[in-house]
Amino acid sequence: MSGAKPAKALEVLRPGALTTVQDAGRPGYAHLGVPRSGALDAAAYALANRLVGNPPDAAVLETTLDGVGLRAGSAGAVTVAVTGAPCTVRVAGRPVAWGAPVRVPAGAELEVGRAESGVRSYVAVRGGFTVPPVLGSRSTDLLSGLGPAVPPGGAVLPVGPAGPDPVGGADVLPAPGAPAELVLPLRPGPRADWFGPASLAALWRSAYRVSPASNRIGLRTEAGTPLARARAGELPSEGMVLGAVQVPPDGMPVVFLADHPVTGGYPVIGVVPPGPALDAAAQARPGVPVRFVPSC
Amino acid sequence: MRALAVGGEAVLVELESAAEVAALHAEVLRRRDAGGLGPVRDVVPAARTVLLDGVREPRALAERIVRWKVPPLAEAQGPLVTVPVRYDGPDLAEVAGRWRIREREVAEVVGSVVFRVAFCGFAPGFGYLTGLPERFHLPRRDTPRTAVPAGSLALAGEYAGAYPRPSPGGWQLIGSTDAVLWDAAREPAALFVPGVRVRFEEVAG
Repeated sequence: MSGAKPAKALEVLRPGALTTVQDAGRPGYAHLGVPRSGALDAAAYALANRLVGNPPDAAVLETTLDGVGLRAGSAGAVTVAVTGAPCTVRVAGRPVAWGAPVRVPAGAELEVGRAESGVRSYVAVRGGFTVPPVLGSRSTDLLSGLGPAVPPGGAVLPVGPAGPDPVGGADVLPAPGAPAELVLPLRPGPRADWFGPASLAALWRSAYRVSPASNRIGLRTEAGTPLARARAGELPSEGMVLGAVQVPPDGMPVVFLADHPVTGGYPVIGVVPPGPALDAAAQARPGVPVRFVPSC
Repeated sequence: MRALAVGGEAVLVELESAAEVAALHAEVLRRRDAGGLGPVRDVVPAARTVLLDGVREPRALAERIVRWKVPPLAEAQGPLVTVPVRYDGPDLAEVAGRWRIREREVAEVVGSVVFRVAFCGFAPGFGYLTGLPERFHLPRRDTPRTAVPAGSLALAGEYAGAYPRPSPGGWQLIGSTDAVLWDAAREPAALFVPGVRVRFEEVAG
């Protein structure tokens, strides 16, 4: 037998505006003050892994608006798939398929281009990115700083061994693009009573827009009707859930995404259920209209 | 006690006091460990609430919880950790002044209390410790510091806390500790886990 084969890897040539390693996150540690983190567009993350035959919790790259440039290491070719925000994908300068498994030969460059719509593209590699996990997860948590650092240009990301599942096991076409309008179902409570009936009516009626201050912590809104409180006073900090819609004193709703703080002191008027609506929120660009619709 | 459904998979239980929160938190963990609670991913105590996240049928669970008989927490319940402290904080004189005692007596006041970690928040491993008698409660600083060193022992409102890593902070800094407050490779990663009791022991600087 020969010695261990050198590990496969991808080198970051162009980090892009914000590229982080993400997986299924670290739920279950909220009582220690640890955000759940994890890939923001859960469906695109799951699809990227399925396309390259990875287990569902393998770590991928999540890009922001302008993609990422990578180069396969000399140890061998890798198989990748890009999902989420649609974009041009090139291997060694030649266009290849988006939303499908693609082979990147050893030493070849993989260029994941600017998002044509949406915000975040997901780059899965067969074997997953095997940066060291923290509390069981390889996700970068931008609120509390847990997990791997944001990889700079020149960073070498190790790739794990391929699992037993075949490449191309996905039979679903990735849904391209983000909608022109973000419609978020909202289940009122637990603090809807902090806002009068007039404020709730305003919430259903109002056309908000995605604020450029949005990030992995929360989707911030602007331009719609500020929600007025019906009562004075302060709410003691309380536990927060994914999709909670917090209303700070300026009255503009904030939808909590994966890196949200585990507790918060502003009242939560309602909760957007995790799933397609939050996935769409992860892909909504600044300026996109946002509407909230009642859900039960 | 009031229990509210939060979205489709969580329940928020409201309580009247930190003592009630501690008692309900212990009861939730006891029932979870005994297998009688059903699936729950996160149990998050806070100042006056306990959040149960990742549950099935939150409305039904909320109705069940408000009917629970929750025994008050025994004072000596929960593991006890002793944390060495040097009383060398930059706000020590101000705190002593507000308490109308001498600086070196701050250590006696803090050292005589067995605190309890009520909840974590703000940063991984930052525990909010209750137990300080009401006459020793303090306001936050008017101007938060942009950088508080890791290991700083601090007071604000009804709480004591220690910063696991450097961060901004508005609490009154009375001392410092070399205790490892957070180590992601340790189980549990936080020294101050909700329910743990804490005694601060003065050590020479």
